Amino acid sequence: MAILLTRDSKILVQGITGNQGRFHTKQMLAYGAAVVGGISPGKSQERVEGLPVFDTVQEAVGTTHANASIVFVPAPFAKDAAFEAMENGIKLVVLIPEHIPVQDSIDIVARAQELNVTVIGPNTFGLISPGEKTKMGIMPNHIYQPGPIGVVARSGTLSYEIAFSLTNGGFGQTTVVGMGGDPVVGQTFISVLHHFKNDPDTRAVVMVGEIGGSAEEEAAEYLKSFGKPVVAYLAGRAAPAGKRMGHAGAIIERGRGTLESKEKALTAAGASVVTMPWQVVDALREVMKGV
Amino acid sequence: MKQYEYLAKGALREYGIPVPPGRLVNNPDEAAQAVQEIGPAALKAQVLVGGRGKAGGIRFATTPDEARQVAQAMLGMDLKGYTVERLYAEGKLAIEREFYISVTTDRNKKVPLVMASLAGGVEIEDVDDAQIVRQWVDPRVGVMPYFGRELAQRLGLNGVLARELSDLVVKLYRIYQDRDAELVEINPLAVVDGHLVAADARLNIDDSALFRHGDVPIIDEGSELEQKVHKIGLAYVELDGDIAIMANGAGMAMATVDAIQYFGGKPANFLDAGGGASVEPTAQALDVLVSMHPKVIFINIFGGITRCDDVAQAILQVKNSSGIPVPLVVRLVGTNEKEGVRLLEEAGISAYSDMAPAAERAVELAGEGRA
Repeated sequence: MAILLTRDSKILVQGITGNQGRFHTKQMLAYGAAVVGGISPGKSQERVEGLPVFDTVQEAVGTTHANASIVFVPAPFAKDAAFEAMENGIKLVVLIPEHIPVQDSIDIVARAQELNVTVIGPNTFGLISPGEKTKMGIMPNHIYQPGPIGVVARSGTLSYEIAFSLTNGGFGQTTVVGMGGDPVVGQTFISVLHHFKNDPDTRAVVMVGEIGGSAEEEAAEYLKSFGKPVVAYLAGRAAPAGKRMGHAGAIIERGRGTLESKEKALTAAGASVVTMPWQVVDALREVMKGV
Repeated sequence: MKQYEYLAKGALREYGIPVPPGRLVNNPDEAAQAVQEIGPAALKAQVLVGGRGKAGGIRFATTPDEARQVAQAMLGMDLKGYTVERLYAEGKLAIEREFYISVTTDRNKKVPLVMASLAGGVEIEDVDDAQIVRQWVDPRVGVMPYFGRELAQRLGLNGVLARELSDLVVKLYRIYQDRDAELVEINPLAVVDGHLVAADARLNIDDSALFRHGDVPIIDEGSELEQKVHKIGLAYVELDGDIAIMANGAGMAMATVDAIQYFGGKPANFLDAGGGASVEPTAQALDVLVSMHPKVIFINIFGGITRCDDVAQAILQVKNSSGIPVPLVVRLVGTNEKEGVRLLEEAGISAYSDMAPAAERAVELAGEGRA
């Protein structure tokens, strides 16, 4: 099993005729994902990887009965694309672009809550469910394998590093979810953890966090009643205050968002917190002993 | 992106929030003229550092001559590493009380947050939590005057001040929305003659929204080197060590900096070469690292979208053109790893496949690390 993304997810690609859209459509299909079509206004006579291209989400949903969409349009147009998907009944929207204005994200997330839509991102690598052979995202295909570990991360490449070490260490994954590196994103650690809690196949969870905000502290409160082992690794130990470390959300502001505060909260909640990414597998082996 | 005080005040004025009379001052003559026009004034250095007053960045002048002298002394002075290029001359206020108000984004609740306090004039982090009133905004509803009345009531204000606060918070929220602000803050929100006046203001604009604000001046607070790398389009933060670092992706770059420090080394920088960077930007980024004259350069790549052969090409390009005169440690795994490693090996560079030994080796080559 998996969370959020399964074989039943019929996927549209918004912005399918752009470079990124084309490349990742091919990669998603190669992984086995059920991509059923794409949107690119004015280009509906084209086909991409043999898939139909539509002018509107409405038309695409009417024809393909898609229920999920991944957005590759440039950031200034992402709010329009996200709303178009949500207003047409799409229930899982993955927002890949970086640099979507925060106010746009606030509006997207507020509407998603009203319509009961799951938004992943913005500024995310997406999500992947290896056991279901499906993915919506830009992550490399070869580093994952099916198994009992749920992974929830804020960062892309760092989560690849850790997922690959899990795979090499014999720990496959149910679903790997990228929340995104922006200050305002659709998910919280808590919302994703809640799905993992209810997924019987997920036996332990790896959290990959970083400095900035207080998502990890809030998650710690939830972990007290989570009931499954958790290993956490957080990046940004050496980051100076007041500097954005690549991600718009990765910044220690006015004394908030430090690693110490996050690690302390997670440790107190019973998570196994490691200092370096290569320590995750050993820590996982340790906490899995009791499971 | 932070905005200078005079720009923040300008925004408040434009939206009808009362601010003291003020003039932007570029030279001593303009300072004299400003005081001529607005009377006794504070001359405030336009720099983006906190604690400006204590560091000598705010001085007073009562006459035009005095203003000229004070401006002469302040313009060009160094304030916590920043050169003072402009001053803002602002009429002195007879402040009776100091409040605080701001609109910002609550990252966890994912909605705008209004914070207000009757204990203003100090950094809000230093105010006791019990003295701060927080009201979250439903973004689909926005802020109407009733929101301000409720805020005033919870603060314990009534009469004129309550009415003025209610009016002000509506305008402040409009600035937050219209300007794509991360933060718009008035501190202190002064009471002068029984009325509210914005004595000092901060306005930080969301970098991601600059495309729809063509009129906003781009202010890069970074060091010279940081600004140079930002212009290439890469995220870069200068640190004070001597092991130069490049990695792909923000999280990996942070973890790489952490790893160098973990083994006792001193990272010189944070550099995210991008999650899917191709040859050219990677080579440009490496050129920057070489120009820093570090003890060691450490490149840590997990090739997902980034292709290892592209990274190897970039390394060889720099090595063959400008040269890499310091020890280089490369960790290279992932997409097209074999090809990338082969290219490097042909040029006499061996690559690590694991992060930990590579980071440890970089620290060792720098002559640092744990005894």
